[in-house]
Amino acid sequence: MSTVTTPETAPAPAAAPTRPSAPRSTSSRFTEAAANYIDERTSISGVVKEFGRKIFPDHWSFMLGEVALYSFVVILLTGTFLTFFFQASMAEVVYNGSYVPLKGVEMSTAMSSTLNISFDVRGGLLIRQIHHWAALTFIAAIGIHMLRIYFTGAFRKPRELNWVIGFILFILALAEGFTGYSLPDDLLSGNGLRIIDGLIKGLPVVGTWISFLLFGGEFPGTDIVGRLYSLHILLLPAILAVMLALHLVFVVVHKHTQWSGPGQTKDNVVGSPILPMFAAKAGGFFFIVFGVIALMGTFFTINPIWNYGPYDPSPVSAGTQPDWYIGFADGALRLMPPGLEFELWNRTWSFNIIIPVLILTGFIVVVLVYPFIEAWITGDKREHHLLDRPRNAPTRTAIGVAGVLFYAALWGAASSDIIATHFQLSIEGVIHVNQALLILGPIIGYLVTKRVCLALQKKDREIALHGFESGRIVRLPGGEYIEVHQPVDEYERWKLIDYNDYQPLMIRPNARGQITAVQRFRAGLSRWFFEDRIAPVSPKELESGSGHH
Amino acid sequence: MAHDDLSGKDITAVSSAGVSHETAAPGTAVVPTETFENPGFPAHRPRVTDTDPKAEKKAERQVYTFFYLSIVGSIFAIASYMAFPIEDGDTGALRLHTMMLGLGIVLALFGLGLGAVHWSKSLMANQEGIDQRHAVRGSDETRARAVEIFKEANEESGFGRRTLVRNTLLGALVAFPLPAVVLFRGWGPQDENPVELLEHTMWEKGARLTLDPSGLPIKASDVTLGSAFHVIPEGLNESEHRLEEKAKASVLLMRLDPAKLKESPERAGWSYDGIVAYSKICTHVGCPVALYEQQTHHLLCPCHQSTFDVTEECKVIFGPAKRALPQLPIAVDGEGYLIAQSDFHEPVGPSFWERSSS
Repeated sequence: MSTVTTPETAPAPAAAPTRPSAPRSTSSRFTEAAANYIDERTSISGVVKEFGRKIFPDHWSFMLGEVALYSFVVILLTGTFLTFFFQASMAEVVYNGSYVPLKGVEMSTAMSSTLNISFDVRGGLLIRQIHHWAALTFIAAIGIHMLRIYFTGAFRKPRELNWVIGFILFILALAEGFTGYSLPDDLLSGNGLRIIDGLIKGLPVVGTWISFLLFGGEFPGTDIVGRLYSLHILLLPAILAVMLALHLVFVVVHKHTQWSGPGQTKDNVVGSPILPMFAAKAGGFFFIVFGVIALMGTFFTINPIWNYGPYDPSPVSAGTQPDWYIGFADGALRLMPPGLEFELWNRTWSFNIIIPVLILTGFIVVVLVYPFIEAWITGDKREHHLLDRPRNAPTRTAIGVAGVLFYAALWGAASSDIIATHFQLSIEGVIHVNQALLILGPIIGYLVTKRVCLALQKKDREIALHGFESGRIVRLPGGEYIEVHQPVDEYERWKLIDYNDYQPLMIRPNARGQITAVQRFRAGLSRWFFEDRIAPVSPKELESGSGHH
Repeated sequence: MAHDDLSGKDITAVSSAGVSHETAAPGTAVVPTETFENPGFPAHRPRVTDTDPKAEKKAERQVYTFFYLSIVGSIFAIASYMAFPIEDGDTGALRLHTMMLGLGIVLALFGLGLGAVHWSKSLMANQEGIDQRHAVRGSDETRARAVEIFKEANEESGFGRRTLVRNTLLGALVAFPLPAVVLFRGWGPQDENPVELLEHTMWEKGARLTLDPSGLPIKASDVTLGSAFHVIPEGLNESEHRLEEKAKASVLLMRLDPAKLKESPERAGWSYDGIVAYSKICTHVGCPVALYEQQTHHLLCPCHQSTFDVTEECKVIFGPAKRALPQLPIAVDGEGYLIAQSDFHEPVGPSFWERSSS
């Protein structure tokens, strides 16, 4: 490696052509000197050479992860500002700030300092609201980003581990959301913590002690806000930042996926270079995301803790709801059928808590390991850089829709009381309908989605073979009526025919002539996945098919 | 590498000794023998700004106008910060302050964002760039060298050979974080046992029932038929652990027509002339069961909709809770004030592992 460089060889290609004739401007000479100074100390030119013109493919759905990333930056910026004013203490004070209705009310320092941020610090309310909206955007964007990854099969080899990292990021985001939501120590978030306390206490063997340790004694204690604050601003963000960095490193290592298309193959990446196009677009997009979040923070009140008042274990308002992203967990508690708690061997078994906890854990574990399950079923060891259109993986898409509906039923259940009062239904009725939807929704969703996918694949086949229906009806000299089909050009056709096709696994005996149970199981899953399949159009079919109309 | 038993397709993978991902086993994927040729890129279509210098100029003007607007927004935000004070405590002023400051910031952000995106989309060269992909795995040569390095390190250290050294090292590494786990015992007070604490509340024989939150005692005669009171034990507001005690001792007091109350013989005398007192803490996960339906005599928990029937000793009639709300036995003292006969006869609030009714 040559470390001896003269200023003449420093990177300044733009200035090069003008050098012999005109004297260089001061600014270009300064840029050159500065670049040289930095490179001689950091070897940064190598990084620019390696990544400056790296290609990023372009598609709207690839921006979802960017939205998540940018809202995280907004969260860091606004959150840092808030830490300068927030006091994570549960010491009782008498509120004496600007908000008149709460003057003279006893509350924790946490609550009182949050009110001060909202009413006595200029711009404090704005920043607080931007912070909360950014957090909601962050979690929503991660969720939608995960759906995009799932439905396009972007989790396949070599990206399975990055799916796991992304999943951890999602869980961390939920934890960040919940810990942050609980910090103001207002009535609503306090009730949320009360539910968490009850939930933990219901866990067998360890529950009582975990709750006791977490709250530093009996609920609510005087420790929990400070502890959540440590988690919220130190531990969780640190892990999150590391995981996020790792997530992005893997995006670089793997290079971004892309859609199949004319010129876009599994061996290349087509798009715009980081410098200047992608940097400008992504940088601009950061400010747009920030702008939209700031707009929400400006105009839409979020978490008006002054309406709720300080936490007190006795009062509660009707329509108590967690922030939306925790809703699915709350809904799971609500949907439990009555009477699921027993006393056995002098101990209390709270299955009304254990079951929902197990169901939620099972659900997220399935999400976590799905890439490995699918990889095992297909046995496909190739790298996949071309995205699947959801219709071209009908079973996967149908499973995804079933999962979404399962989540939706839990989520809807968290608002059962609001639904009942708004639409004047009985609470019992809403719960029972939701219980039915929790089971029937995914099943129906699965069946319908799979059929829709297969139908769309058939349609694609038709179009690839025979072209579009043009809507023009022509009468032939013989009196026969036909509709003229407009053939697709080769670019359009390529998008319809270039996809992965799998067959069900044929069971074969292994070297010792045995067929193992594991093999049978795998073959069964494979049949379930690939029994109904629409093969892509082959050149032969197109030849024999053309001229049919 | 032997022919394994996964599938017949592995034979192809073995013969070509997978170097890149192209030759990795496709599993049950159908690899077509004849395929269409990728038609390659369609002809590049120039944008208006590529062909029309006027349009290019216009786009350039638009981009810098966006950036100008952004600067205006930033200045506007700073000016608003100073021009719209909030110190007089008026919520209208706060709203105006937040709105003006926010609008300035939003304008600054949108100006920057839209300008940059517009610049990139209309003016920057938009020829498609192409990178070639390479298999993610390291080259055979690199991998061989990596294996070799590990072998050398193993040779030089004797990690595989000196098994006792290795195993004790691993044991020490496993053991050393354990003290950190023990340290977390300090999260809870050392001298307290949660199970004992959960079994008792502040209520005791003779403690007056007082109003939540004022702490004023309640006369039995003030509790009219059909009314409901939120109740705390006397002295709670002065208690050192006010919220902790309140989280256990909160009570709902209701007066029903005595004829409607179905009382079991064991609880005879726990109510007073149709006045009953029940724990307000839900036996599911501990929310306050604060919604009383006067007509049906049902108590509803707003968190998970567990419903309790007051006429039936608050047994659960709907929702995820299992146990009835514990009843507080009450009586009237010499001055006509309501008092507790004793503490609750069972732990209140959410279930916990060590809880048992016997």
